[in-house]
Amino acid sequence: MHLHDFWFLLIAVLWIGYFFLEGFDFGIGVLTKALARDRAERRVLINTIGPVWDANEVWLITAAGATFAAFPDWYATLFSGFYLPLLAVLVCLIVRGVAFEYRHKRTGERWQRNWEHAIFWCSLIPAFLWGVAFANMVRGVPIGPDKNYTGGLLDLLSPYALLGGLLTLVLFTFHGALFAALKTVGDIRHRARAFAGVSGLAAGVLAVAFLAWTQAESGNGRSLPALVVAVVALAAALVANRRGREGWAFALSGLTVVAAFAMIFLALFPDVMPSSTDARWSLTVTNAASSPYTLKIISWVAGFMTPVVMAYQAWTYWVFRKRIGTQHIPAAH
Amino acid sequence: MNLALAPETLARWQFGITTVYHFLFVPLTISLAAITAGLETAWVRTGKEKYFHATKFWGKLFLINIAMGVVTGIVQEFQFGMNWSDYSRFVGDVFGAPLAMEALLAFFFESTFIGLWIFGWDKLPKKIHCACIWIVAVGTVLSSYFILAANSWMQHPVGYAVDKATGKARLTDIWAVLTQNTTMVVVFHTLTAAFLTGAAFIVGISSFHLWRAKRKRLKGEELGDKQRKQLPAMLTSLRVGLVVAVIAGLGTAISGDQLGKVMYEQQPMKMAAAEALWETQAPAPFSVFAVGDVSKGHNSVEIEIPGVLSFLAHSNFTESVPGIKDTAAKQAALHGGKPEDYIPSIFMTFWGFRLMIGFGMTSFAAGLVGLWTTRKKFWLAPEYRTGEDEIPRLMLTKNRELGPFLTKWSWRIGILTMGFPLIANSFGWIFTEMGRQPWAVYGLMKTGDAVSPGVGQGMVLTSLLVFVGLYAVLAVVEVKLLAKYAKAGPDTDEKPPAKDPRLRFPSGGSGTGDPAAAEAAEEADKPMTFAY
Repeated sequence: MHLHDFWFLLIAVLWIGYFFLEGFDFGIGVLTKALARDRAERRVLINTIGPVWDANEVWLITAAGATFAAFPDWYATLFSGFYLPLLAVLVCLIVRGVAFEYRHKRTGERWQRNWEHAIFWCSLIPAFLWGVAFANMVRGVPIGPDKNYTGGLLDLLSPYALLGGLLTLVLFTFHGALFAALKTVGDIRHRARAFAGVSGLAAGVLAVAFLAWTQAESGNGRSLPALVVAVVALAAALVANRRGREGWAFALSGLTVVAAFAMIFLALFPDVMPSSTDARWSLTVTNAASSPYTLKIISWVAGFMTPVVMAYQAWTYWVFRKRIGTQHIPAAH
Repeated sequence: MNLALAPETLARWQFGITTVYHFLFVPLTISLAAITAGLETAWVRTGKEKYFHATKFWGKLFLINIAMGVVTGIVQEFQFGMNWSDYSRFVGDVFGAPLAMEALLAFFFESTFIGLWIFGWDKLPKKIHCACIWIVAVGTVLSSYFILAANSWMQHPVGYAVDKATGKARLTDIWAVLTQNTTMVVVFHTLTAAFLTGAAFIVGISSFHLWRAKRKRLKGEELGDKQRKQLPAMLTSLRVGLVVAVIAGLGTAISGDQLGKVMYEQQPMKMAAAEALWETQAPAPFSVFAVGDVSKGHNSVEIEIPGVLSFLAHSNFTESVPGIKDTAAKQAALHGGKPEDYIPSIFMTFWGFRLMIGFGMTSFAAGLVGLWTTRKKFWLAPEYRTGEDEIPRLMLTKNRELGPFLTKWSWRIGILTMGFPLIANSFGWIFTEMGRQPWAVYGLMKTGDAVSPGVGQGMVLTSLLVFVGLYAVLAVVEVKLLAKYAKAGPDTDEKPPAKDPRLRFPSGGSGTGDPAAAEAAEEADKPMTFAY
C-alpha cells in the first residue's frame, strides 16, 4: 500500500468518525424541536451530548487538517470550490457551539429561546449541507485544468445533491433519536424510540434511493458491499429499536452512517475529487498528494495519536455513561 | 476592478479581522487554563475553600471565553482553503503538517478534557478532575506551539525545497520547521504575552472587587455577608495575577528583544519599517514618535533616542542598520519589480510596533507597582500587614501608605489596564503580518499570488460581511456575559463535593444487601452539579 493510499484511508476514517459522532449531535439538535415538549426536555437532550460534542467536532478539524497536510490540492479545491456552503456550515458551527455554552448563562426567556432556535437551525443546516457536499464530491464537479473549481453555486444544488443532503439530515436525526433513547430515562426515552421508528423508515427510503443512484452513477465493485451493509444495518437498527434493544439499535444506526460514507469513499477512490468537465483534470490520490516525506512524518504522528485519542475519548463516554432525565436537570441559575 | 474591493483586498481584510478577533480569545484561554489549573491544584492540596471558589470563578470566565476561541478557530483552519487556495496548494506539503499535528495532539486534548472538567465535578475524583484542566492547559500550549511553527515558516521558510516539476514547496526537514529559532522565540514571546494578558484580566477583575469593597468601608458602610466571603478568593487572585503579570511581563520584554534581533536578521525590512527608518544609519536611533510620508520617503516630524535601534538589532549602540530604501532596492534586485513594491505600510508597522510595546509594557509596569504596593510582609511594618480577608493597604515604603488620591488611582489603574495586553497582542500581530508584506511566505510567495482564483468578489464580500456582522453580535454577547459573571464575583454559597467521587464500574445492583447498590439507588435521581 502506498502512503497516499493509506492517507486516503485515514482521511476517510476521520470523516466517517466525524459523521458517526457529530451525526448524533446534529440529530440531538434537531430533536430539541422535533421531540422535546418543554425546556426541561430540551435540556435533557442537550445534556446527553454536553460533555462530548466539542471533542466530536474536533474530528472535523482533524479531517480538514489532515486533508491539508496529505492532499493539499484536495483541500484547496474542495474548500475554495464549495465556498458558500462551507461558509454556511462555519456560521452554524460557530453559533451552535456558542449556543450550547451560553444558553444557560442567563435566565431570561427570550435569551434562552433564541439560543434554542440557534441550536435547532445550526444543527439542521450543517446536517443537510454535509450531504450536499459529499454527494457533489463523489459525483464530480466542474474542475478545470488548473485544479480549480469552475462551476457556480447552482451547480452544487442538483437534485442528486439535494437528495444526498436530505439523506444525511434524516439519517443523522434517526441516529440522534437512537442516541437519545440510549441516554435518557422517562417519557422522553419512549418517545425517542417511537420517533426513531418513523425517522428510520424515512431514512431507509432515502438511503436506498440515494445510495442506489450513487452506485449507478459512480459506483464500482468495492462500493456495492458497503451499500448492502448500510441498508441491512439500517433495517436491523429499526428491528432492534422496535424490540427495545437500544444499545444495539444505536450501534446499528452508527454502522449505517459508517457504511454509507464508506461507500462514498470507496466509490471515490482512487479519485479524491473527480472533474465532471474532463476526467483528465480529476484530482486523484497521486496528483493531489503531498510528498512521501511529509506523508511519512504525519503517518507516525497519526499512527501513534489516533488510537490514544480514541481511547481517551471512549473513556469520556464511559465516565458519562449514566442516563439522564428531567429529574437530573438542576434548576436554571 | 476597484482595488479597494478587489477579491485579494477583501480576503486580506477578512483574514485580518477574523485572525485578530480569534486572537482576543486565544491568549486568555491559554493563560486562564493554566492559572485555573494552578488554583484547583492549590485547592486539592490544601482543601481551602478560597481556592475552590477562585477555581470556580475563573473557570467560569475561562469557559465563556474558550467557547468563542474554539468556534472562531474553525474559521481560521477553513479559510486557508476557502480564500487562499493557491497558497494552500503551494505550501500544503510543509504548512499542513504542523496543522494536522495541532489537531491530533492539541485540539483533542483540549476539547475532550474540557468536557470532562465542565461536567465531571461530581463524577471524577478530585485529583483526576484537576488533571483534566492541566491537560487542557497543556493542550492550549501545544496548540500555540504548532500553529506558531507554521506561522514562523511563513516568516522565515526553512527545511523545504521548491520542487522543480510542480513549482511547489516540499518539506525536507520537519525538525528544522519545528525547532528553528524563529519558532522558538515567537513561541516564547507569544506565550509570555498570553500570560500577561490573563494576568492583567485577573488583576483587573480582582481589583474591581477589592476596590468596591474598600470604597464601601471608606464610606463607613458594612460589607454584605457575600461580599465579605468573596474577599479571600479575590485577594488570592489579585496576588496570583500580579505575580504572573510581573514574570510574564519580564518574559515578554526579554523574548521581544530576542525576536527583534531574529527579525532584523531574517526580515530587515520589517525592522526598518517598524522604525520608519528610511535611510541606512550608523548608529541608528529609536524613534519615539514620527509622522512620515511614504511617497516622499522621509518623516516630517520625529523624536528619536540615538543609538537604541542599533542596540535592538545588534546589542551595541553604534552599528549601522539598513534603512527602508536600501532594503527595498535590494529586494527588487533579487526578486524583480520596483523597490516600492517591497515597502509594507509604514504607517501600520510603525504605529503597530509602538502600540504593542506601549500597551504591553504599561501592563508590566502596572503589575510591578501592584506587586510592590500590595506586598504582604516584605519591608512592611507589622501594623500595616493585613490578613487573609482584609483589603490590603497600598504601601509605598515600610511605614508609608499611599495617600487617598494615589490609592484610588492605583486601584483604578489596576481595573483600567485590564485589557491593555489584548490591545498589545492585536497590534503585535498586525505589525508582524503587515510588516512581512508583500510576502505571504517571505521571499517565496507574494500575497497577491496566494488568493483563491476561483473565488470571486461577490463571494468574498458576502463572507466578509457575514463574519463581521456575526462577530460583532457575538462580541457584544460575550462581553456582556463576561461582565455579568465578573461583577457577580465568586459564588461563595457553592460547596465542594462533600466526598470525593470515585470512578466506579457499573454495579450489578441485584442484591438488596449490597451497600454499593443501595448507594447507587440513592444517587440515581440526584441532579447533576452542572448542566447546560
